[in-house]
Amino acid sequence: MNVTALKRKLDLTPKPAAPVVALPTRRPDRLAPWRKRGVALAGNVLPPLAVLVVLLTIWQVGASGEGSGLPTPVQVWIDSGFLILEPFYVYGTQDIGLGWRVLTSLERVAYGFGLAAVVGVLTGAVIGQSALMMRGFDPIFQILRTVPPLAWLPISLAAFMDSGPSAIFVIFITAIWPVIINTAAGVRAIPQDYRNVAAVLRLNQVEFFWKIMVPAAAPYIFSGLRIGVGLSWLAIVAAEMLTGGVGIGFFIWDAWNSSRLSDIIVALAYIGGTGFILDRLVGWIGRVVSRGTAV
Amino acid sequence: MKYLSIEHLSKTFGSGAKAAHVLSDITLTIGKGEFVSIIGHSGCGKSTLLNLIAGLTDVTRGAITLDGREVNAPGPDRAVVFQNHSLLPWLSVYDNIKLGVSKVFGSTKTRAERHDWIMQNLDLVQMSHAADKRPAEISGGMRQRVGIARALAMEPKVLLLDEPFGALDALTRAHLQDAVMEIHARLGNTMIMITHDVDEAVLLADRIVMMTNGPAATIGEVLSVDLPRPRDRIRLASQPDYVRARESVLRFLYERHRFVEAAE
Repeated sequence: MNVTALKRKLDLTPKPAAPVVALPTRRPDRLAPWRKRGVALAGNVLPPLAVLVVLLTIWQVGASGEGSGLPTPVQVWIDSGFLILEPFYVYGTQDIGLGWRVLTSLERVAYGFGLAAVVGVLTGAVIGQSALMMRGFDPIFQILRTVPPLAWLPISLAAFMDSGPSAIFVIFITAIWPVIINTAAGVRAIPQDYRNVAAVLRLNQVEFFWKIMVPAAAPYIFSGLRIGVGLSWLAIVAAEMLTGGVGIGFFIWDAWNSSRLSDIIVALAYIGGTGFILDRLVGWIGRVVSRGTAV
Repeated sequence: MKYLSIEHLSKTFGSGAKAAHVLSDITLTIGKGEFVSIIGHSGCGKSTLLNLIAGLTDVTRGAITLDGREVNAPGPDRAVVFQNHSLLPWLSVYDNIKLGVSKVFGSTKTRAERHDWIMQNLDLVQMSHAADKRPAEISGGMRQRVGIARALAMEPKVLLLDEPFGALDALTRAHLQDAVMEIHARLGNTMIMITHDVDEAVLLADRIVMMTNGPAATIGEVLSVDLPRPRDRIRLASQPDYVRARESVLRFLYERHRFVEAAE
């Protein structure tokens, strides 16, 4: 019985005899979707703004006493407002806006994290394929991943004898562990069904990697990458504090040495904001790439 | 007329004291274009038998030959329709079929020919309207249709169906059984179908292979179903030959080889 035959049969069924009551149609409200969106936006934006105002007020009150070591928010604005208002000024090779400094640091992160992502996914894919390798490597990774970024720096400086590659290595070694561990877990979780499909199709290793493994493990891989990008942004500040340069991390160290506390506070806001954007960016890419993977 | 032959096949999982003898001494010959159903209680190793033919599991003893060549690895000449469709959820229906078609016909067909071939197979299962949909966007029955199209598109020598309709409701199952019968009539494929549904086995098969209960399950009986094709489920229901065939399968399953759960 095919579909056409089925349709013909359906036509033979008696038509329903119940009276059809027309419902009054309401005029569509053109502004309704916009109003809805506006309400949703306000619902998301207003609470954090309110909390921010409350926190700033507490800070203002707490830090305005005599002999307080920290500047008040108002003082920060007076001292360092120009750092917020002009992120991209250039007055000299060392005197540049925080926007440029963030970009310099982001470039380092791009190298270090990019390397960690590629090496981490490949290593994780290989290790995840074999239960024996997983048993061998996993405990070591679990130990290494808890080593703080700064602890890697002396070893890195000794190995590379140059601050540039050392900083990148520190970012790399900090970010790689969650990528490896999550990718391996994702590869282990690939359903046997997909492996059977690959076997029947006789996919080779490379085809299997691109056509089955990456898409199937994408949600795992991207949650690893998301943790990794956060860690590498943590590591950049630590690394730059010691290796120098024009990055945002070194700026904090420099400001501390010349007692510009207000500048440090502004730099913290920049770092936090950038870290937040990086995290959301990787999360968003992950959602786009792994769309449809989870069924 | 030997096309697929299974000779003294045994399968043991594990070794030593923990060894599980799943299948023992299975011998079966299937001719080209034949439709064979394998029926048995759950846990009797019928899926294992299918996996052995597919090459997804290694043979312990004995041999399987297809068209004169020994089977020892999986390949597109023995395409499988899996029980839970196993479509890749991140690919569209079209791309799911394309994955196999590009692999099998990548060097022998042009891009346009491959496209036509994919659409032709989708037409065969009446799913060309959903070519751009993802598996999550279509119903269970439709997914299984696509699974059949994917397997057929590899132009297999044997189509292996592993309880393909087990998870579907009765009405959808009936539609798909009709679709499979129609495809079998049109293309004359050799098909092996695992099932635990007596009606399905009798309706579709030329021969029904009945398996004894495990451990060390083997073929208990082979029943030829000499009902004329095309078969119509409504007319068959009252035909004495159909009723007799159905009865003998039921007798085998519920009188001589009753499923004893405690045996495991």
